[in-house]
Amino acid sequence: MVEAIEIRDLWKVYTKNDQDIDVEDQDLVTSLDKSEEAVVAVRGVSLTVNPGEVFVVMGLSGSGKSTLIRCILRLIEPTSGSINVFGEDVTALDEKGLTEFRREKTAMVFQHYGLLPHRTVLENVSFGLKLKGVLLKERLERSKVALELVGLSKWENYYPSSLSGGMRQRVGIARAIVMNSPILLMDEPFSGLDPLIRREMQDELIRLQEDMHKTIFFVTHDLDEAMRLGDRMAVMKNGKIVQMGAPGEILANPADDYVARFVQDKRKQLQMADGDNSKKISLITDNSSKETGSEKKGMIGNVS
Amino acid sequence: MFPEVLEFHVAGYVNDFINWLLHSFSGGFDSISASISYVLMAIGSGLSAIPWWGYILFVGVLAWVVNKKISSAVFLALMPMIIGMFGLWDLAIDTLAVIITAVFLSLFMGIPTGILMAQIDRARSIMTPILDGMQTMPSFVYLIPAMMFFGLGKVPAVFATLIYSMPPVIRLTNLGIRQVPKATQEAALAYGATKWQLLKEVRIPLAMPNIMAGINQTTMMALAMVVVCSMIGARGLGQEVLLSINRIDVGHGFESGFSIVILAIVIDRITQGFARRWEPNKR
Repeated sequence: MVEAIEIRDLWKVYTKNDQDIDVEDQDLVTSLDKSEEAVVAVRGVSLTVNPGEVFVVMGLSGSGKSTLIRCILRLIEPTSGSINVFGEDVTALDEKGLTEFRREKTAMVFQHYGLLPHRTVLENVSFGLKLKGVLLKERLERSKVALELVGLSKWENYYPSSLSGGMRQRVGIARAIVMNSPILLMDEPFSGLDPLIRREMQDELIRLQEDMHKTIFFVTHDLDEAMRLGDRMAVMKNGKIVQMGAPGEILANPADDYVARFVQDKRKQLQMADGDNSKKISLITDNSSKETGSEKKGMIGNVS
Repeated sequence: MFPEVLEFHVAGYVNDFINWLLHSFSGGFDSISASISYVLMAIGSGLSAIPWWGYILFVGVLAWVVNKKISSAVFLALMPMIIGMFGLWDLAIDTLAVIITAVFLSLFMGIPTGILMAQIDRARSIMTPILDGMQTMPSFVYLIPAMMFFGLGKVPAVFATLIYSMPPVIRLTNLGIRQVPKATQEAALAYGATKWQLLKEVRIPLAMPNIMAGINQTTMMALAMVVVCSMIGARGLGQEVLLSINRIDVGHGFESGFSIVILAIVIDRITQGFARRWEPNKR
C-alpha cells in the first residue's frame, strides 16, 4: 500500500536572505537557534499518513505545525527533506508540475478562510475549478452540490462579507471538497470560531468524512479537537514531533512532561465527568486501537 | 556674495543636450506628437459631435447609476448648464478633450506600470524615486520640455498634463496590489493558481478600490493642469482664466474659473461613485 503522505526528515529554516542551510551540520543548527538571524521552524520531522485516515498535528502556536502543513504543497519551500504524496516526490516538482499537483491532489482549508470578497459564495466555491479550466456549467453544477453538502444552498448568491465566521468556513470546506482531490489539508480551520460553532463544524466534518473517505491532514492547537477528529495524532513542540500515536494512547501514556501538561486538563475533565478515570481512558484507547490497527505500535514514543 | 570663481553653469550643456535630442530623435518626437494629436482629434471631434443636451442627459444618467439618488443626479446634470449659460460651452469641450486624452494615456501607461511595480520589487525601487521627482516638481517645469519637444498648442499640453497626472494612478495601483491580504493570495496559490491567474483573479480585482481611487486622483490632477497648460497656448477654459488675469477682468475670470470648478465637481463625483462600487462590502 502506498502511503498518502510520507514526510522524511523535513527541515525548514527561515533565514533573512534565504540562504541554503546544511541541516546535517549540528553545530550550525545550534548556532542558528541561538542567533536572531534565523528561525528553525521544522526540524527533522518524519511521518506517514495512511490513505483515508484523519491525521492530526497538534501543538502550540510557534511549534511549526502551520509551516509543516504548508510545506506539503510547497506554499513554503522546505529547506531539506522529502515529501511523497501517493509515491510522487513533491519536492522534486517544477513549477508546472507543482501547479498540477495542487490542482489534482490536494485541497486546503485555512484558518482565515482566504475567500475572495468580490466573488459570491457560489463563485468562491467554484474558484478552484475555474483555475483548473473546468467549464462554467459543470463547475456551477458541482459547486451547488458541494454547497448543499455543507448546508449553504440558500446563500450561494451572497458575498462572504455578509456571512458569519462559521458559514464562511463552510464555504471554505465546500471549496475544498468540490475539487474531488484525495487529500484535504486543514490548517486550524475551526480555531477562529466560537466553541459551540466549532463543535458543530467538527461534527459536520466527521459526517462528511464518513462519505468522503479522504485523507485529512489536520492541524490544530486544541486537544479536544484532536481527540474528536483524529485517527492518529502527532504532538509538535519547537519544530519536532515529540509523540505520535492514537489520541487515546497519548492521553493514557504521555511521552514526556510537555505532552503530559497538554493532556492533564483533559484527563481531569474525564475524571470529573464520571469519576471512574481509568475505565474511561481505557475505553478511548480501545476505540482508537480498533481504528488504526496494528501499525500504531511503532508510532508510539518519541520519534525525534 | 558668492565668489565668482566658483560659478559653474550647466545651462549650456542642457541646451546642447536638448538640441542633440531634438536633432537626433526629431522623427521620434514627430511621431509621438502625431499620435497624441491623432487621439486628441478623435476624442475632440467625438466630443463636439454630441449636442449640449446630450451631455446633460449623460451626466444625469451616470450620476443616477453610481449614486442611485435622484436629487444628486439632477444637481450634477444641471451644473454643466451653468457653463453653457456663461457662453463658455465650446471652450469647456476643448478643455475636456485635452483632459480626457491625457487621462486616457495616463491610465494606458500608468496602470501597467503600477502592476509591474507591484510584481517586481526591483521595478519598484527604480520607479519610486522617479515618481517622487515627478510629483515634487512644480507643474510649470513640465511646460519647458513639453514646449521644446512639441511646440505650442494642445499636444504639449496633453504631454505636460500626462506627466503631471500619471503618478497617482501608478502609486495607487502598486499600493493596492501590494495590500491584497497574503491569506487570500495563499489560498489561490494552494488551489493551483498560476502567477498570471493570481494577478488576474485575485490581485487586480482586490486592488480595484485603490486603482479606482488612483483614476479619480489622476483625473483631478489633470484638471489642475488646465490653467497652467494655457500658458503654452492650449485653447480652453484655462486660457480664459489667463486672459482675465492679464486684463484684470475679475468677472470673466470668475466665470471661467467657476466653469473649471464645475467640470472638476462633476468628474470627481462620477469617478468617485464608480470607485465606491468596487468596495467589497456591497450587499
